[in-house]
Amino acid sequence: MITRRNLIKTGIAGLALPLASAKIINAAETLFPERFEKPNIRWVFLVDTRKCVGCGLCVKACKHENEVPYDTNITRTWVERYILTKDGQVFADSPKGARDGFIDKKINLGEKGSRNVKDEDIQKAFFVPKLCNQCESPPCVQVCPVGATYKTEEGIVLVDRDWCIGCAYCIMACPYGARFFHPVHKVAEKCTFCYHRLKKGMKTACVEACPFGARMIGNIKDPDDPVTKIIMMERIAVLKDEYGTSPQVYYLGISKEVR
Amino acid sequence: MTPLEVHGEVWTLKELFTYPNEYIYWTLQIVMYPFMTGLVAGAFVLSSLYHVFGIKQLKDMARFALVFSFALLPVAPMPLLFHLQQPLRNHHVFMTPHFTSAIAAFGLVFATYGALVAYEIWFVYREHLVKTALSLRNKADKTMSEKIQYAINNLLTFGAYDISEEAIKRDEKAVKILAGIGIPIACFLHGYAGFIFGSVKANALWMTPLMPVIFIMSAVVSGVALCMLTYIVTMELRKIFAARKKSARSYLSPDEIKSAEINEIRLTSKYLILFMIFAISLELLDLIFRGYTAVKSWDILRSVIYGKDFVNIFIMQYLVGNLLPFAMFLLPGLTIRRTVIGTLLVLFGVFMMRWNVVIGGQSFSLTFAGYMHYVLPVIPHNIETYKEGVLGGLTVMATPYVLFWMLNKIFPIFISEGSH
Repeated sequence: MITRRNLIKTGIAGLALPLASAKIINAAETLFPERFEKPNIRWVFLVDTRKCVGCGLCVKACKHENEVPYDTNITRTWVERYILTKDGQVFADSPKGARDGFIDKKINLGEKGSRNVKDEDIQKAFFVPKLCNQCESPPCVQVCPVGATYKTEEGIVLVDRDWCIGCAYCIMACPYGARFFHPVHKVAEKCTFCYHRLKKGMKTACVEACPFGARMIGNIKDPDDPVTKIIMMERIAVLKDEYGTSPQVYYLGISKEVR
Repeated sequence: MTPLEVHGEVWTLKELFTYPNEYIYWTLQIVMYPFMTGLVAGAFVLSSLYHVFGIKQLKDMARFALVFSFALLPVAPMPLLFHLQQPLRNHHVFMTPHFTSAIAAFGLVFATYGALVAYEIWFVYREHLVKTALSLRNKADKTMSEKIQYAINNLLTFGAYDISEEAIKRDEKAVKILAGIGIPIACFLHGYAGFIFGSVKANALWMTPLMPVIFIMSAVVSGVALCMLTYIVTMELRKIFAARKKSARSYLSPDEIKSAEINEIRLTSKYLILFMIFAISLELLDLIFRGYTAVKSWDILRSVIYGKDFVNIFIMQYLVGNLLPFAMFLLPGLTIRRTVIGTLLVLFGVFMMRWNVVIGGQSFSLTFAGYMHYVLPVIPHNIETYKEGVLGGLTVMATPYVLFWMLNKIFPIFISEGSH
């Protein structure tokens, strides 16, 4: 007998199967499939710290290319200098992001002035270039309240200058100190791996500017890419792994003192 | 041409090894934000003690706290607007909320809470609104101010003129339900402010699941303290007016006011002590746990907590802001004067707690090898140093009192006829 209860019961059961196979169809995707193809690209960066001499040409090039006001201290990329003494002390600095290169042996201690370490007291010293890690799970994207910062399909994290409200939550969320406020646009600003250049088939400004090949950019999805090959074959490290961000800037020759 | 000013550079002094882009980005206004929302939530919880749990002695205080909570409400987002680099884009939070962000929920939580408090006030004051409107309606020659008063009261009744005993009973029930729903929402409003900080994994000082709970407890402490203080101030003013003339509104003599006042205060102070114990216990638990587990960040945290910020944390917050008022409220024979000093110290203590979280959390570098010192701008030299300086903070602090004064014109806090 068909009761109301029975009808609803069988109705739900009968509808469940055909509905389960249903799929939402995007008309545009059906008509122009080429526009919806996901690029087979994931941009990653490789820094060989053993080749870096701290000249700062990468920082200069970046500031010019990306119109980050030249005389300000903020910068999309920077170089850090580490000096380890024989008695186990660690000193580090990055004055003006090393825009002018490390031309002085004095270590910059900010408000504490500067400090001289005699050459004979130095155990080892090295330079570490830094930039946005274009994390696989970027905390900055997670915390943006308006979705103004987002990850592109190529894995690069960008900021929409027309939508950012300037709350600084993303700046707080980044464990690498990669973000800051642009003094002209008054919105969050960061390294984009020179996305505008990559789109045209060019390399980033800092990679082009480095005279020693310490900076490299590549597509990790391409097994023939020289950068991919190094990442696969060599012993590499990333920065601040413990935050669970899966950073995509890989380092060769890094030391445990690097922050 | 003067060099471009980088946001944060004016008030940040950097020491030892810090990253080039690091500054103190969250300043005084972000200290004000949890402080103000804490007051909102705390005042509401206090009013609910009467409405929900039927603590009859708190009747006077409850009505007061409710209206005060409503006056504080619009002030809670004010510090955020002062802080945003693009304040005119604030509506983006409502238009495109990005729900993986703790801040994105702000619009929803805040609007829900605001609506709830507005409803509750309406039910509490409906009888008064109707009576005022009806008495003015029948008056023959109204003055201009009476005309305005009539228009406002008449509008706010929304046509619900029924004040039979049955209708009033229903109102009371509605108030009780709303206040009941309101407690978890008030706690959520503030707990969520704590979540904004507690979930920042990049910040070693902020990241703890205790943060929301600590924030709720200190919120209630500050809300109750401010209600007590403002209550005393208004009662003292009424005493002065009552002594000077037979005020039309007040039917009580100065002595009657005085005895009512101290009774309310003594009872409320017991709740204040209770919530203070919760707040302090949680904060100490957090501190002990960090020291005991001593993870990678502990070295720099220890140098900040026991070194650079020692005076701010242990002297200003714990000693002056917690221990001292705690002893003052516990000693027998609580007087009005002692209460005033005690509540002021409690408010100061909670403010310092917010300060030590927000500013303290940024006083060490992400490198764990350097420090940043915050220099609070006192005399502004541009819009930014006004907004994020002493004057901006004072603007935010003063606004609820202006609103409270205006709200009191419509919803008089002290009406002697039997309302809820």
